[in-house]
Amino acid sequence: MAPRDPADSIHQAPSSSFTDHLTRHRPELLPSSRSLGPASNGSAAELAPQATTIVSLTYAGGVLMAGDRRATMGNMIASRHIKKVFPADHFSVLGIAGTAGLALDMIRLFQVELEHYEKIEGTPMSLDGKSNRLAAMVRSNLPLALQGLAVVPLFAGFDTQRRTGRLFSYDVTGGRYEEYEHHSVGSGSVFARGALKKLWQPNLDEEDAVRVAVESLYDAADDDSATGGPDMVRRLWPVVYVVNSAGNREIPERELQQLSRDLISRRTAAGLEA
Amino acid sequence: MTQQFYVSPEQLMKDRADFARKGIARGRSVVVLTCRDGIALVAENPSPSLHKLSEIYDRIGFAAVGKYNEFESLRQAGIRFADVRGYSYSRDDVSARGLASVYAQSLGSVFTTEGKPFEVELAVAEVGEDPYSDRLYRLNFDGSIADESNYTVMGGQAEIVNEALSRSWNQDADFASAVRTAVKALSATRSAEGSGNGQAAEPLGAGLLEVAVLDRDPLSTRGTVRAFRRINTVELDRLLSSAEGD
Repeated sequence: MAPRDPADSIHQAPSSSFTDHLTRHRPELLPSSRSLGPASNGSAAELAPQATTIVSLTYAGGVLMAGDRRATMGNMIASRHIKKVFPADHFSVLGIAGTAGLALDMIRLFQVELEHYEKIEGTPMSLDGKSNRLAAMVRSNLPLALQGLAVVPLFAGFDTQRRTGRLFSYDVTGGRYEEYEHHSVGSGSVFARGALKKLWQPNLDEEDAVRVAVESLYDAADDDSATGGPDMVRRLWPVVYVVNSAGNREIPERELQQLSRDLISRRTAAGLEA
Repeated sequence: MTQQFYVSPEQLMKDRADFARKGIARGRSVVVLTCRDGIALVAENPSPSLHKLSEIYDRIGFAAVGKYNEFESLRQAGIRFADVRGYSYSRDDVSARGLASVYAQSLGSVFTTEGKPFEVELAVAEVGEDPYSDRLYRLNFDGSIADESNYTVMGGQAEIVNEALSRSWNQDADFASAVRTAVKALSATRSAEGSGNGQAAEPLGAGLLEVAVLDRDPLSTRGTVRAFRRINTVELDRLLSSAEGD
């Protein structure tokens, strides 16, 4: 038997990635290991709830992400309570549009991935590292995306090295694009983007940033049937997270309620049609 | 043909245990103790980056003495075990007891079947809602496991530290005084070394210590479910020097 090279064992050492660990030891737990089998007639997209509009924008000292609360299945509303924006770790948040079930699994895996790295290495992952890990996860979902079950995330975080908020968008192939100022994904994103272009300004303070996000989601809900607006009856407001040098923070419901009520009364007073 | 000498199983196990014990006795001590605010983990460790204390999961911490490469691989395996369990079941289903019994099994099988036993001692601590639901397990190189209450000491001169702690441990202490108690107990080994001239113990400075805590209620105090928090040198310095002001 040839003598074993001790250096060989170095690249066989377990990595600090949770996903790699699952791939090696428990592949059945990975969301991407699911297979639909040969494509059936008709798209799988109509069978699964879809989550829609997410907006994200930078402001002075940080970055913000907001999502509406509606999930749809074809022309039906599947859920009025769904949350699409989640903290990924202390300094980053993640929003998802696309197939809700797969996206929620991806978020859960991504959260564990970041925490796992932090515990194993004893130091948090860099923001670029995090956004690249997410790209790999989106890419691993490509076979399902081609069958109609796409997941399109939006990722925002505070870069503790550069001391600034940054945001990243993705396509279904795992392409990762850094966005500046603001971005939106999902079926209502075209309308939200229009609103963002008019409302966003450099160096918004946090309060104004939240107002801009809620207003752009309102515009998306106004014109896109798959995006839910503020629900006065059930007291449902968008989910909004801000990330700055202190970490991430969810904007409390009572502030969002006040903002939404002001917005609606302002538009009611204006009485404009479109 | 060479004749194999007969070695009785008793002798074989005794030799291995002696070997492991010697390895552990060379290391500096670690103290894990419960208090009102949670669980404090205090280690004598001059390295700022090679840790003896670690976070395993939301409410579970880890402390170790012995050979670094051996307890480091056990630490990483523990994190993987906990993360896989929490990911495939639920975060609530990860417990210190489950982790400790996995550690006990792997240490036990290494001790009996491998060429050399692990020269490590581990503590797995889980902070509960109140001091009575805190869990503290100590694991030996041979896989034996002890369910400790109040505090546990591992490493080189555990007996001296243990004795010092038994006199000063107090359940109602906050983190600051629990850490000071632990540091005082760890410093007792220093006076033992220089006991010839009867001088008082020189207390360990912040630069020679590694300290971490498991907060009892991290969700309301820090807005996270992760209870583990490392105390950095500056904070520790302030914490230790305030004791002298008392």
